[in-house]
Amino acid sequence: MILWLIPILPIIGAAINGLLGRKFSNRTVAAIGLFFPGLAMVYTWWIAAQFFPNPHTIVQTFYDLTWIKAGAFSVQYGFQLDQLSMLMALIVTGVGFLIHVYSVGYMAHEGGYYRFFSYLNLFMFFMLTLVLADNYLLMFVGWEGVGLASYLLIGFFFLRDSASAAGKKAFIVNRIGDFGFLIALFLMIQHFGTLNFAQVFDKVNGLPAETAGAGLLTAIGLLLLLGATGKSAQIPLYVWLPDAMEGPTPVSALIHAATMVTAGVYMISRSNAVFNHAPIAMGAVAIIGCATAFFAATIGLVQHDIKRVLAYSTVSQLGYMVMACGVAAYSAGMFHLMTHAFFKALLFLGAGSVIHALGGEQDMRKMGGLRKYIPVTFWTMTAATLAISGFPGFSGFFSKDEILYRAYLHGSWGWILWLVGLITAFLTAFYMFRLWFLTFFGEYRGDQGHDQHAGREEHHGHAPHESPKVMLIPLVILGILSVAGGWIGIPKVMGGSNHFEHYLAPIFEQHAATSAQAAEAEPTAEPSGPPELLFSVAATLTAFAGIGLAWLFYYKRRDLPEKLAAGLHGAYVTLENKYFVDEFYGAAVVKPIVLGSTYLLWKGIDVGIIDRTLNDSADAARDVSRGFRHMQSGNIRSYAGWVAAGAAAVVVFMIWRGAR
Amino acid sequence: MYNHILSIVLFTPLLGALVLLLIPKEQKNAIRWVANLFSLAGLLISLPLIPWFWALRTQSGFKFIEGAPNTWIPSIGAGYYLGIDGISFLLIMLTTLLGWISILSSWNAIQDRVKEYYVWFLVLQTGMLGVFMALDFFLFFVFWEAMLVPMYLLIGIWGGPRKLYAAIKFFLYTLLGSVLMLLAILFLYFHHHTVTGAYTFSIPELYQTAPQIPYHYAIWLFLAFFIGFAIKVPMFPFHTWLPDAHVEAPTAGSVILAGVLLKMGTYGFMRFSLPFFPQVLDPIAHPAVRGTIITLSIIGIIYGALVSLVQKDMKKLVAYSSVSHLGFCTLGIFALNQAGLSGSLLQQINHGISTGALFLIVGILYERRHTREIAEYGGISNVMPVYATITMIMFLSSMGLPLLNGFIGEFTILQGAFIESKAWAAWAIPGVVLAASYLLWLYQRVFFGPVNNPKNEKLQDLTPREVLCFVPLILLAFWIGLYPKPIFQIMDQPVQQIVQTVRPDLNKPVLAQTPIPSAAQALPVEAGK
Repeated sequence: MILWLIPILPIIGAAINGLLGRKFSNRTVAAIGLFFPGLAMVYTWWIAAQFFPNPHTIVQTFYDLTWIKAGAFSVQYGFQLDQLSMLMALIVTGVGFLIHVYSVGYMAHEGGYYRFFSYLNLFMFFMLTLVLADNYLLMFVGWEGVGLASYLLIGFFFLRDSASAAGKKAFIVNRIGDFGFLIALFLMIQHFGTLNFAQVFDKVNGLPAETAGAGLLTAIGLLLLLGATGKSAQIPLYVWLPDAMEGPTPVSALIHAATMVTAGVYMISRSNAVFNHAPIAMGAVAIIGCATAFFAATIGLVQHDIKRVLAYSTVSQLGYMVMACGVAAYSAGMFHLMTHAFFKALLFLGAGSVIHALGGEQDMRKMGGLRKYIPVTFWTMTAATLAISGFPGFSGFFSKDEILYRAYLHGSWGWILWLVGLITAFLTAFYMFRLWFLTFFGEYRGDQGHDQHAGREEHHGHAPHESPKVMLIPLVILGILSVAGGWIGIPKVMGGSNHFEHYLAPIFEQHAATSAQAAEAEPTAEPSGPPELLFSVAATLTAFAGIGLAWLFYYKRRDLPEKLAAGLHGAYVTLENKYFVDEFYGAAVVKPIVLGSTYLLWKGIDVGIIDRTLNDSADAARDVSRGFRHMQSGNIRSYAGWVAAGAAAVVVFMIWRGAR
Repeated sequence: MYNHILSIVLFTPLLGALVLLLIPKEQKNAIRWVANLFSLAGLLISLPLIPWFWALRTQSGFKFIEGAPNTWIPSIGAGYYLGIDGISFLLIMLTTLLGWISILSSWNAIQDRVKEYYVWFLVLQTGMLGVFMALDFFLFFVFWEAMLVPMYLLIGIWGGPRKLYAAIKFFLYTLLGSVLMLLAILFLYFHHHTVTGAYTFSIPELYQTAPQIPYHYAIWLFLAFFIGFAIKVPMFPFHTWLPDAHVEAPTAGSVILAGVLLKMGTYGFMRFSLPFFPQVLDPIAHPAVRGTIITLSIIGIIYGALVSLVQKDMKKLVAYSSVSHLGFCTLGIFALNQAGLSGSLLQQINHGISTGALFLIVGILYERRHTREIAEYGGISNVMPVYATITMIMFLSSMGLPLLNGFIGEFTILQGAFIESKAWAAWAIPGVVLAASYLLWLYQRVFFGPVNNPKNEKLQDLTPREVLCFVPLILLAFWIGLYPKPIFQIMDQPVQQIVQTVRPDLNKPVLAQTPIPSAAQALPVEAGK
């Protein structure tokens, strides 16, 4: 098997479409755009078929990139296949290919078809590079590259100013996170002399855990966390993700839900050796994840745009995954990453299908009653909604349960994480069913203007219509995965055998720093069974409560939400405006930089001080010269006067010298 | 040819200038053809240097030496003495490439006084090559000044509305630097005589005596050189001539100014300041010298980027971004270790490639619309898709995206800076964040959105000639980004030699493992103090 083929295949597609696609028909563009990622997916399966019977780490070098020969430091274009990257490669190629298929239908009427598929394939290249890299530098290459693809795709509808602004914002905010990532890399180079995963983790394992105080590993861990908060949209750098919804919906599904935004979670899991040795950094990971999960969920409660609800939901779910990493439950985090990839991709694609059906409408206040018009979308989205809400038996139930349970077990303050996580689960079930009821139940609420528009469309036979098959098939497949995807990780207490955790165990257990962590990471050594079941019951009841409340508010008593919003006006406005965080960043960061640069630096220092000093000294020089010029008047008598004056001066000087 | 390759490369442009003098000035197209032929010949004739130099890359000392010390004007010890090492080799290749591209890009842009324009441009080309080749200070200074005059004329005659102000500012600034440098050269010259009894301007010989000058003299000499080179680079706060010069200069002038002329300063640092004055730069004995320069570099990085962010004129934006990028270059040089110096040299090449391309990009819009106001544009992607794509690639290269050239340079510089002080790297990295900000914001305002200005509706996309200008730059950007190793191998030997001279104690490999735990090591110099 040749690992580098997996990322290389999609970039061939990107290059063909990018360079020549303008002259191709849409069919040709789609064929090329699907063929290469599809081939990569099949090839990944073929590799998986060889890998799963005998999982072990395989490292292959594409070529040696090392540009500075010094010491032991070298950088390879090297790829690594192990349990973790195999899983990620399967998710990325699988979900990625389905979304490519869906895009064929969804983007059919948009201009720049070839551009879209070229960018999408480019994204696949970078994402697969990211997950298959065998060293941090190549991972960083993929990391920046997916940021670029995301920038290009968010700004795909570049005629809209909001879209190009959102793309730019995403890129710049991510670069702030990269600041941390880069410094972490330099620390590793300086102290370990390598960026290679295996070697770095070897060195890390040779160090004591920094339980007593912060040291090198804590610093590296916190810096990597900063990088992860950018890519995985955690507090304080999450602000770009909701805006990224300006991109076409398949992009939101692929990049901003299923794959790219999970890169931070993947990176933390990959670096588990570092975090296991740095409890302070790990605590920070847990707290940031937990806070983000809750914070984003509250905003999701009151958004009206269907994609924005899903965006905040993504931020919130990513918070769960990050929290899982923070309590050393990496495989639980990866489990949730996988199930989330299924159901969140499905939710976005379903939302896209809804938007498609309504000719571009995204405001849920103008939807309603759609289950009759678009049944396939309705049923698949129902599966995904149940999955994300943690309905028993659905995929999200098992993965979220696992995270909450493991959070509770974590140290003396784990119960706080668990409690906040549980409340978040309640909020999740509530806002997701709010979305579900508002979209699919009640009466169709398209406004008057829209009705006229719809009426005109009806003329041509276009009522809110179900999407074409090419869009529905991915929905159905993802629907099946959303239901059944969790069954590979059913815990022992429920009669399962938790294949998932056993599968990933070799990655996460070898770096446990302390015996306590080893015990925590070892599923068989866990305490007795009943408590875990009890947690599941609590989580289930919470989910039901959330669903029930949504039913009451958005189905039974539609007047209640407005009354509540009126009653809690301040809180409602705060939530609706997303806690005014964007406004705060604008006022505290962006505006001072722009104004300061303009008036203080440019017009102040550059023009006002430096240039003015120069021009003034030039003027002064000219004025002085002008003064001297008058001495050369051409007038003999004045020259004679100067000579006399000079002679007098010399005489005076000599007298003065002589007198001393 | 092998034995005289440097002279041939050096004088081909000048020969072209002489041939142009024979053509009547009315025959503009003939002049253009001849000038382009000679600039292309100048590039082609420099290409054999690549395999030849590659074969010698590991040998120490200067290669392809021509002439000898003290043979030109023996009475004062000046000689026609040429030679190159890895540092000058790379800059020479950059010069011949950019020289060809600039002349090619001028075809339509220059309509007045065409003959003079090309003559001066070719003379400038010889001047720049001479600076990189000269191994004799007298010769060096002749070329250094010879380069100044054509550039002054290019800005002053073919420039924009405030061309005279800009040209005189450029001239006076650089002249001030030159005068100080000349004084310092003369001191070195007489000092050499005092020590050895012989007068010579030969640089390799001065390398032997200059480091023995006691610190209290050497610091002044160092300063004289430093100001001369810092103006050229330009480092903060000597940079204010640059935006004016760039805004007023014709496109090709800007390309050469940014691509090659600024590198004279960084080249000077690497060729003269470091090997001549290790006693001044010793980071343990005199930390303040290096600390000050590094501080100025970091201010330049951040300051240039911030001011760039708020510009309303595209060309001024690119000009200020040069201040920021060159800040990275000086940061790398004065990190005084292998990673820093190599990264810096690569970044100098990168800056020539990407900023050269950026000025071409601005020039192309300017040729079509005769304005550089950002607000005049918007939605250019719709009317000029090829142009928009090329621009995006060069912007990404300039902001240091991995797999393109800028990333390798910045990463290596930052790595070199990090070894010396974590704070330096931490202060410099925001420059990378800001680079993405000013470039992407510029891109958004110029290329995205609908075409609101009716004047932009019928802009012509790139002509084949214009595309041809970009092809080599794009190929180089990808090549350096994907496989920078050969370039580092070329600079390995001279850079190591500089590091050895400046810090003989630093004999351990740059990236070797330092003892592990202590995260917050005390470091000799912290930036910002």
